[in-house]
Amino acid sequence: MLSQESLAKIDRELNKYPEDHRQSAVMSSLRIAQDELGWLSKETIAFVADYLRIPAIAALEVATFYNMYDLAPVGKYKITVCTNISCMLRESDRIVEHLEHSLGIHMGETTADGKVTLKEGECMGCCGGAPLFHINNKEMCEHLTPEKVDQILEGLK
Amino acid sequence: MANEVCFRTLHLPEPGSLATYRSIGGYETLRRIVTEKVAATEIINQVKNSGLRGRGGAGFPTGLKWSFMPRYFDGTKYLVCNTDEGEPGTFKDRDIIRYNPHQLIEGMCIAAYTLGARVGYNYIHGEIWEDYVSFEKALDDARAAGFLGENLFGTSFCFDLYAHHGYGAYICGEETALIESIEGKKGQPRFKPPFPASFGVFGKPTNVNNTESYASIPYIIEHGGQAFADLGVHNSGGTKLFSVSGHVERPGNFEVNMGTPFAELLGLAGGVWRGRQLKAVIPGGASTPVMPAAVVMAANMDYDSLSKAGSSLGAGSVIVMDESTCMVQTLKRLSYFFFEESCGQCTPCREGTGWLYRVVKRIVDGQGRMEDLDLLTDVSHNISGRTICALGDAAATPVLSFIKHFRPEFEYYIQHGRSMVTGK
Ligand SMILES: Cc1cc2nc3c(=O)[nH]c(=O)nc-3n(C[C@H](O)[C@H](O)[C@H](O)COP(=O)(O)O)c2cc1C
Ligand code: SF4
Repeated sequence: MLSQESLAKIDRELNKYPEDHRQSAVMSSLRIAQDELGWLSKETIAFVADYLRIPAIAALEVATFYNMYDLAPVGKYKITVCTNISCMLRESDRIVEHLEHSLGIHMGETTADGKVTLKEGECMGCCGGAPLFHINNKEMCEHLTPEKVDQILEGLK
Repeated sequence: MANEVCFRTLHLPEPGSLATYRSIGGYETLRRIVTEKVAATEIINQVKNSGLRGRGGAGFPTGLKWSFMPRYFDGTKYLVCNTDEGEPGTFKDRDIIRYNPHQLIEGMCIAAYTLGARVGYNYIHGEIWEDYVSFEKALDDARAAGFLGENLFGTSFCFDLYAHHGYGAYICGEETALIESIEGKKGQPRFKPPFPASFGVFGKPTNVNNTESYASIPYIIEHGGQAFADLGVHNSGGTKLFSVSGHVERPGNFEVNMGTPFAELLGLAGGVWRGRQLKAVIPGGASTPVMPAAVVMAANMDYDSLSKAGSSLGAGSVIVMDESTCMVQTLKRLSYFFFEESCGQCTPCREGTGWLYRVVKRIVDGQGRMEDLDLLTDVSHNISGRTICALGDAAATPVLSFIKHFRPEFEYYIQHGRSMVTGK
């Protein structure tokens, strides 16, 4: 179900913890699986659990608790916009409006071509760069303006 | 003087590299204490003398915390670093791991040597992937250079350190939730006692400190506790990283001495933006009480001064609001955050944070009633002190302090169905 490359990454995570605590690697293993497959289906979660030799329910509990896991398909690019206080004070509502308008979708939706999903996020611990969003849980884009957002959207292939 | 402790390398090219850190004497303090076999009690005494208080928000004296770790234990002891900052307004630890990761690693090595910990984890906030990757690289570099691993400096001292990546849950900043998360579970805080010093990661004795706390250690051991204490003021030793965000010209982190006047810190951040007037400041992160402009302008940035002024230093996360800010709408966003992030274990927190959010939202939606202000106060009091962890109190604090200092704005909103400030 997962590529050799992903399994090798999971093995590297397992090395961080004692032999008898393989469950500690579940968070990173789910992240690695999501990176490869785009989202986490029940089957993917069960596969990860099996690989770690933990009950599937233990992996499912983790997948549903932490909010960066996607339990349903998302667009090729998931844009998570912070709207918390420091971003709000620096007019993140303008960024949200601009994104919604440019993409023709609302927060929580995906464009018809399956390219972009918009999501509201909580504080990302980067408030000095407000307003900001991150793409696919990886790339942090700070000090946003509508013009900068246009450039970023154009760069998404 | 600025940038004297945690940001020591910031003015140099490639401040985060091992070579840069070594060029200012990095890892030499570790080498000295390990090879000279300096006694643990001597190190703990220096940390006590330094007046260093936990930089994660609670301000607990670090030296005292270290003395709680059992000296003798038959098995592995653990060291945990808390880089899970997700409290709105807090972004200092991220800059430590990107701009001076080796000072954090050396600080953790010194702590491990002192406390007899064999393995450590640095728990890094999920959203900062690029910084997690660069910290893993710093760990590889430290390992390759012989500062992590087995038999360091040819002695019997061994210490392994790994990064653990979070994945989006504010509550994992709470130390026992963080420990659960390292164990691969949901981040639900444990009931204390037992404290981590006796029952932490995998049920073993564990010392948990904040990133900035550990990163201050090499300076303290190199220069002595007193030198660090002297940088600050009574009861607040050392320097502090202040994260300044919101309505200022130049948001960012500033490392200044404890006791620096707020007005000076505001100046470093370029002052209030767009030539506007200051209205209010949250000085220590979303869970600390808001302060009106006149009060904060007269205060200094240290534990005693801020608590005398009715607030608290928290994690040093300074959120600045100008005259155009509607306090009712701002409180609504904060209340939503705590509601969203409650882990749901305790009824007063799970239900109470929902009540707070819904009532504030009702006011913003133009459906508020005058009784709502008493209701909000009541619900807040019913959460405080009745929960497993401090998130419950953290949710109540903004509500109580916003209403206390800006009551007329709330009353206006209820009477007119719109904001006194923005008119919308
Ligand atoms: C809801 C909640 C969130 C917290 N978030 C953080 C955090 O992001 N970083 C942190 O260092 N401490 C955080 N803390 C405090 C930790 O529980 C703990 O006190 C701290 O990591 C200890 O380190 P220190 O003594 O060096 O400050 C949080 C506490 C609570 C109740
Ligand atoms: S106070 Fe809230 S966040 Fe903390 S343990 Fe209880 S329910 Fe969870």
